[in-house]
This record gives sequence, C-alpha cells and structure tokens, in this order.
Amino acid sequence: MYSRTIPIVPADHSKDGAFEMLTTRKDELIGWARKFSIFPYPFVTACCAMEFMAVSATPYDTDRFGAALPRFSPRQADLLMVVGTVTHKQAPILLKVFEQMCEPKWVMAFGVCATSGGFYQNYAALPGIDRVIPVDIYIPGCPPRPEMVIDGILQLQDKIARSKHLILNDRF
Amino acid sequence: MEAPVFATLAADCVPAAGSAQVSHGVLVFTLSPAELLPTARRLRTEFDFDVFLDVTAVDWLGQTPRFEVVHHFYSTHHKVRVRLKTRVSEAEPVVDSLTALYGSAAIMERECHDMYGIRFHGNADLRPILLYEGFKGHPLRKGYPKQQEQPLVPYIN
Repeated sequence: MYSRTIPIVPADHSKDGAFEMLTTRKDELIGWARKFSIFPYPFVTACCAMEFMAVSATPYDTDRFGAALPRFSPRQADLLMVVGTVTHKQAPILLKVFEQMCEPKWVMAFGVCATSGGFYQNYAALPGIDRVIPVDIYIPGCPPRPEMVIDGILQLQDKIARSKHLILNDRF
Repeated sequence: MEAPVFATLAADCVPAAGSAQVSHGVLVFTLSPAELLPTARRLRTEFDFDVFLDVTAVDWLGQTPRFEVVHHFYSTHHKVRVRLKTRVSEAEPVVDSLTALYGSAAIMERECHDMYGIRFHGNADLRPILLYEGFKGHPLRKGYPKQQEQPLVPYIN
C-alpha cells in the first residue's frame, strides 16, 4: 500500500504583517462582494434555454464570474434571467416572480424576445419585458452568442460595483 | 396510389349535399354543417377512423359563407386520412361538436373557438385554452388587427 510521510513544518508568521489591513470605500467593498455572488433565477420560457445551458456549462462556464448557481426560488436569487419569449398570458407570472425577489435584485433580458419581443409582433407576445418590470441589462441576439452573455454579465458586474448600496448607513 | 377504403367511402359515405375528391393522398369531403356529425359518426363506427387528428378553420374574408371548418381523421387500420370541410356563415358560425365520438375533440374545439370564434354545439366547455379570460375578439380571424395587444399587466413605460 502506498504511503508517504507528510513533513510538518511550523507556520512562519513573520511575514503576515504585510496584509494586516487594507483601505477601501464601503460602497466599493459591498459592491465587490455583491458582484461576485450573483445567484441567478432562470425564468426560462423558450429556445434561448439551449443557449443558456451552453453558457452555463463547462466550455463557457458562468461560474468563473460567480454567477453559476441557479436558485429555483426567487426569494434566494438576486439576478432574474428572463430567457426567451414572454407572452401576455405569462406576464403576471413574471411580475409575481420579480416581486418575490428580495433586494438587492437585478434583471437580465436574455435574447431578443425578452428584450423587445423580437419578431413576435402580434396578439400573443409581450413586446419586451421592460413593459412590465425594470431591466438592468439587455442581451440581444436570436439566440445570443455565449460571448455576448458573458459580456452582459461583466457589464452587469460593473454596474453593481459602481452603484450605491443602500445597506450602508451612518453606523457603518 | 389510392387506398382501397377511399373507393368504398366515395361510393358509400358521401353525403347527399356533399362531394368527395382525393387531394395529396387525403380523401376530402365537402359537406354541409348538418351532415358533419352523421358523416363523422359513420367514419368512426363503420370505417374504423379511430383517431381524431385536428379541427381548425379557414377565414375566407370576403366570401360567403365566410368560414370553413376543417376536421381531420386518421385510421390506424387503413393507415389513411380523411378531411371534412364545412362552410359556416359569419353571423352563425356554429357546427356540431364531435365530443360524443372523440373525447379529444373537446380540447381541440376549445382552441378553434379561441382562435376563430367557431362555436361547437354540444361542447359544454368552450372556455379559453390558449388565450386568457377577458380576451376580446379572435386573433386568427383576418379582421383582427395584426399588432393589437391586450396586456394583462399594465405597462410601466
């Protein structure tokens, strides 16, 4: 049986002092923490779902940006990814999901149907989800390339990092 | 190549006021609304047309009568399809329901009622199935404006 001896070396604490403190702005700190812990809620309704799976899977891997773990309860999510066509009949459901999400929350319109209705200009389709809920980032394309989605995530992270975070008050 | 059952049907099953012809391998009956239910019943009971495929409609805007209701049947015994076409007027777009013959007709007649406003006499449940309660008009009629929306949630911008 294979075995080896692992040498036990006492830790050298003489160099730790270099990282004892750092300075930053509180907004920057909160924004930095939040932008790397985006928990998406996939509101997936149509064929863009395939592209969503592709961008989530290993070759493109949204996990690299901290936006990988989908939460299937809106109460645990902070990024609502609307992936695909939303119909008028579905709009009340989308609004209900959005209203159940806790602050802070962001919304991504994934694909041209969620952005503007796309080529569905008729009695059935909602012409863009921004008619019903506020949208932070639009990703056009039918379907969008994974690179576009990643670029969208990066821009959203940038937006999160630059925004005011309301949990800051006079005591912190 | 025509199925043997088509000759039998064309000789025996064509209603008095109807006509029959083969189009793209499908036997097409053109008949009056009153003859629809008896013909469908004979197809079902005497000729083994056991699958009800679909019911839909065609809006011939400008013609009278305006609508054409189209039923499709399939026989797993003969491996052929039969199509029934019936014209109904805009003022009275009513045909008999086939729910007594085929249970699945109840669902497909609801969809046809949604989209074209055809009423099916004998189908007790014609609530919207693809549309929603409160939707005005019938969107696949040629008279429905192409981009007219009826949103359920008020727009915020």
